[in-house]
This record gives sequence, structure tokens and C-alpha cells, in this order.
Amino acid sequence: MPKTKTEKTKVAAVKEAPIKESPKKDNRKVVLMQGNEAVALGALDAGVNFFAGYPITPSTEIAEILAAELPKRNGVFVQMEDEIASICAITGASLAGAKTLTATSGPGFSLMQEGIGFAKITETPCVVVNVQRSGPSTGMPTSPAQGDIMQAKWGTHGDAPAIVLYPDSVKESYELTIRAVNLSEKYRTCVILLLDEVIGHMREAVTLPDIENVRVISRIKPTVPPQWYKHYDENQKYLSPLASYGEGYRFHVTGLTHDSHGFPTNKASEAADMMERLRKKISHNIRDLVQIESHKMEDATIAIFAAGITSRAAKSAVAAARAEGIKVGLLRPLTIWPFPDDAVRRMLRNVETVIVPELNQGQLIHEIQRLTKDKSDSNLIAIQRVNGRLITPNDILRKIKEVC
Amino acid sequence: MANIPQKIIHEYLRHDKKFPHVWCSGCSNGIVLGGIIRAIADMQLDRDDIMMVSGIGCSSRMPVYVDFNTLHTLHGRSIAYATGIKLHKPHMKVIVVTGDGDCTAIGGNHLIHAARRNIDLTVVLINNNIYGMTGGQCSPTTPHEAIATTAPYGNIEPDFNICNLAMGAGASFVGRTTAFHAIEMQNMIKDAIIHPGFSMVEVISACPVIFGRLNKKGGAPDMMKAMRDNSIPLAAVEKLPPEKVEGKIIRGILRRDERPEYCDEYAKLVKRVQAKEAK
Repeated sequence: MPKTKTEKTKVAAVKEAPIKESPKKDNRKVVLMQGNEAVALGALDAGVNFFAGYPITPSTEIAEILAAELPKRNGVFVQMEDEIASICAITGASLAGAKTLTATSGPGFSLMQEGIGFAKITETPCVVVNVQRSGPSTGMPTSPAQGDIMQAKWGTHGDAPAIVLYPDSVKESYELTIRAVNLSEKYRTCVILLLDEVIGHMREAVTLPDIENVRVISRIKPTVPPQWYKHYDENQKYLSPLASYGEGYRFHVTGLTHDSHGFPTNKASEAADMMERLRKKISHNIRDLVQIESHKMEDATIAIFAAGITSRAAKSAVAAARAEGIKVGLLRPLTIWPFPDDAVRRMLRNVETVIVPELNQGQLIHEIQRLTKDKSDSNLIAIQRVNGRLITPNDILRKIKEVC
Repeated sequence: MANIPQKIIHEYLRHDKKFPHVWCSGCSNGIVLGGIIRAIADMQLDRDDIMMVSGIGCSSRMPVYVDFNTLHTLHGRSIAYATGIKLHKPHMKVIVVTGDGDCTAIGGNHLIHAARRNIDLTVVLINNNIYGMTGGQCSPTTPHEAIATTAPYGNIEPDFNICNLAMGAGASFVGRTTAFHAIEMQNMIKDAIIHPGFSMVEVISACPVIFGRLNKKGGAPDMMKAMRDNSIPLAAVEKLPPEKVEGKIIRGILRRDERPEYCDEYAKLVKRVQAKEAK
């Protein structure tokens, strides 16, 4: 008999889970809500007080809810002229001290890429939510796809690491929105939250935590006088304090390669320092950044690696296969970038076959290929769909039965 | 006492590591920088409250030299970044320094929408009629038939009238001056900063090294003299016959209207919503 309860193991250590368990169960509210609503609520609970955006299906509800809610809390909502202006406005507001977020979908996400690179090189906290839809181009605006996994990492020009989170449910959309805001503030960078169209629009019952139990992280403010302030100061773990415009620290910010004070430089040593800082603040904090769910992997000989909505189908397929005595498990990354290399490598050690279902023509599978070089190609199986329809539990179950 | 140079601008420049500046000799950008600094010094504004934002181009290199809050952004996007800053910190005086290519080509969309919102930004647009930093390509204000490296046989496109564009989009303060008329420029920038709403100050400038050379305009002094000789103040326009106005640069404040300012309107909305919520 399959167990009905899911054991959720956070394999990579997660020091700062955004939500603590509420002490009194009765205080928690159960609400029926949409993924996009959960994102908007998560943003508010994380302290976002500035949203600039542009309407686009299937993310529009996030903007609509924040347009109604932010004025009630002294926050700013502004509808900009396009997505380029939206990412620029939230970056500017963040440098002035706001906690900021914008939401979009594929076409808008492509337009934002230059601005995302600016937020990364200037180490400015902000969050971009991309509720993915079918593409390329206008594609199918109301159909799901997972085609932006690589764009979320490599979309901007130049070389800069990414932090990208990927929820599988409405509840997790709430939690990971808070986490995205927290990580953006802590690591001073643009954090991306990828949603699937169906998660954005699906309604599920969500148990919300008490607001007092939501862990909120805010940027570290400088404690030194302005003349000592360095805009990019390497303290421990490459997390440096951030001053705000208009508060006496008259600093300079530029998209040009810069020195630790923020002034442009062409010196090779200073350019290398800047690029190393951008890389190391991610690579030296992998354990804090990476979250992965391991489901029934203990004795598994077949593993499914899937993210977002596809992992929900995979979980059902695992239950059905286990009912027939097939030893199959699921690995689900909540953080897709930085990719959870060590955890995945460790968990796939005893597995004979890996199945990677995804709603694209092959993106996550390249990462698994990279980590399972020693296994033969026949043991790595793709299920890919790009016709605007989901991969079903049956599609995955059929594949499991083919290989076992 | 020895003759120690003590100019106002010295108090406002970041002297360490930022100089020599990137501008060519004869460029008007330094004159405009001086004008902005003197306007701010005249008004005795607290420099902690001054925000200078720019995009990409020769003029956009200005913020790095001045001791204000400074932000050097993406090509064309300075107004969008400035909008974010102003909305979060409405007490700041936000000055956008931009050029003809940065603001009216790639950034045209942000210009017209900021003007439409009437958000209290002061845009100082230095119009040198060309892309200087990339070496002389055609811009939206390169005159018809002028030579640019991407218009080697003469520009076949008509040029933008920037002030008309800003006024058409709803800017509530619009003025035009030249780098030759330094005092007039300084006062116009001052008026623009004081004006509560979207302000556009177009400063016609000289790019002798690139535009001047391509179009045989002579050296920097010749181009400065041309600004003096080819421009007329707005007040004189009415008294002159139309043939004497034709083709001239018209200087002066072309529009100064009182219109609801965007940050004020947003603050009112917040008040209204919260009053309703409290009931």
C-alpha cells in the first residue's frame, strides 16, 4: 500500500525558512485563492511597498491586487508604459529604499532582461515574477509552458549568476514570493520567481501563517558615516550594507563596470574584483539558497526530476507506480538557479534511471545530463511537451512502466 | 593670500579619481554642468535631496562628476528610473540629464509618458544633433540633409522639435536655450527645478569634434557664435517678420502651466483610500 502522507525532506540545509510553524493552529486562516493572489499577498507580507508593472496575461491579477492593496498600506503602485519602464522604476525605487517587485509573463520578461542585468551589476534588490506562458513570441497567452527556465538564468547579456525560485502550488507561491523578496534584500540582487500559467490561475485552499510568524529579511543599512561608506563592501559572505538615496549617503551607481565605491573603472584588477564578487556572493552561499524536495527517494531505482506544475503530475505518477510496487521517487527543485548540483548528484547516486518531464523542448534535462555523465544516455529519459497542454500523471506513469 | 581658485563648482564636484572627464575639447556639456550646479547653489538646495539620473551617451556621463545622489542607468531609461525614485521619495529634487538620442529615440516612450503624468522631474536635455559617444550617427534631431556616419549621403529624415514633442505629450514646463546663453540657461534650469510638474529644458549644444567636423561647422568658437547668431528670444518673435524667424532657434520658456502633479495626485489617492478604509 502506498503511504498517503508525503515525507518532505529539505536535503540541502535551509537555514532561514521564510515561515515558522504557527504556535496556535486556530490562528491560521484557510483561504481559497489563486496562485497570482498568493504572490500578491506574499509580496505584501514580505514588506513590498513599491510595485511598477504593465498588464500581461497570465500575470495581470498580481498587478490588479497590488493596485488595490498598496495605497491602503502607504505603498506605491504605478502602471508604467511598458515592461522596460517597470523594471527600471522598481530598481530606481529600490535604490531610494523601497522593497520592490514587478510581475510579468514571457514577452514582458524578455523586454526586462537588460534591466535585470542592471539590477544585478548594481547589486540592487528587486523581484521579478514571471508567470510563464507558451512561446516563443506571443505564443499561447493562456496556456502553460516551462520555456523560460534558461532565459531566467541567461536572459541578460554578460555573465552574472541568477537566483530563481519555482513553486509547485498556490501555497508555495505565497511562501516563495516571501523568500524571493528576502533573498533579494539579503543578497542585493534581482531574484526571479517562475510560476506556471496554471499555478498562477489555479485556485487551491491555502493555510496562511500569522503575519507575526512570517520571517521578513530587510537589507542591512550602513552604520558608518557617509565618507566611509563603500557601496560595494565585501564583508563576510559577500553581503554588504546598502544605503538609500536621499539619506545623506551621496553615492554613485552605474551600469558600467565599477570599483567598490561604485565609480566606473577600466582597470583589469577592479573589473575582476567586481565580477568575482557577483559570482561568489551566490556560489559561497549555495546552502542558504538551494531548496529541493525529495519525495520517496530512499529506495528508488527510478527518479523523476521535475519542477513546478509538472512535478505535481509526477507526484501522482509516483503514487500510482508505488501502488504497483515500482520503486520510483521524485526530486523537485524549489530553487532552480543556482542549480542544486551537490544535492542532485547525491540523490541520484543509487538511481538507475532518471526521467525528466518538462513543458519545453529540453532545458532542465541538460543540467541532469551534466550531473550524470557517468550514466549512459539510455538511462536518462525525457518527456517533453510544447503544445500548450500539461504532461499528465498517466504520461509519466506510462514512461515509468516502459523503463522498469 | 595666494590666488587660490575658489569657484562654486569646486564645492560640488567629486574631485578624486573622476577627472579628467570624458568630454572632448569644445564640448558644451561642461557649460551645462556648470549651469546646473550654479542653479542648485543659487537656490541653496540641500545636496542630500538632489538626485541626478542619466542614461547613456556623452551628456549622460555627467552624474559621476557631481557630489549629489547620482545614478547612471541604461540607454534611454533614465526617466523610468527617475520615476521610481521620485515616487518613493517625493521630497527629492530629481534631475534627469539626457541627450537627443537617449531621450527622444530609444527613450521616447518614457519621455512622453512622464510628460503625460506630469511627474515632478526636471529633464535637462542636451541636444547636440548627433550620437557623439558612438562616433557620429544620425539622431532624431540631426537636421534634414546633414551628414552623419550613418547618413553619409545626407539625412533624408525630418528632425524632431523636442519642445513641441514635450508640449504635445503634456509637459507643464518647457523651455529652450543654448549653451552660449549660459546665464539664461542657468536661470531656466532654476525655474524648471522650482516648477512643480514635469519640466523639459532643451539646451542646444555644440559638438565640434563630431557633428561640427562632419558638417563643416568650423571649430567650437564658430559653433558658439552660430548659437548666438541663429537664435532669437521668444519675446522678439512676435515683433519680427516671419521670414526672419524661419529656421531660427527660438529661446525662452515656451510653456509654464499649473497642472496636477503626479506624486501629489498619488498622495491624495492614498488619503482617500485610507479614509474610506477607516470607515
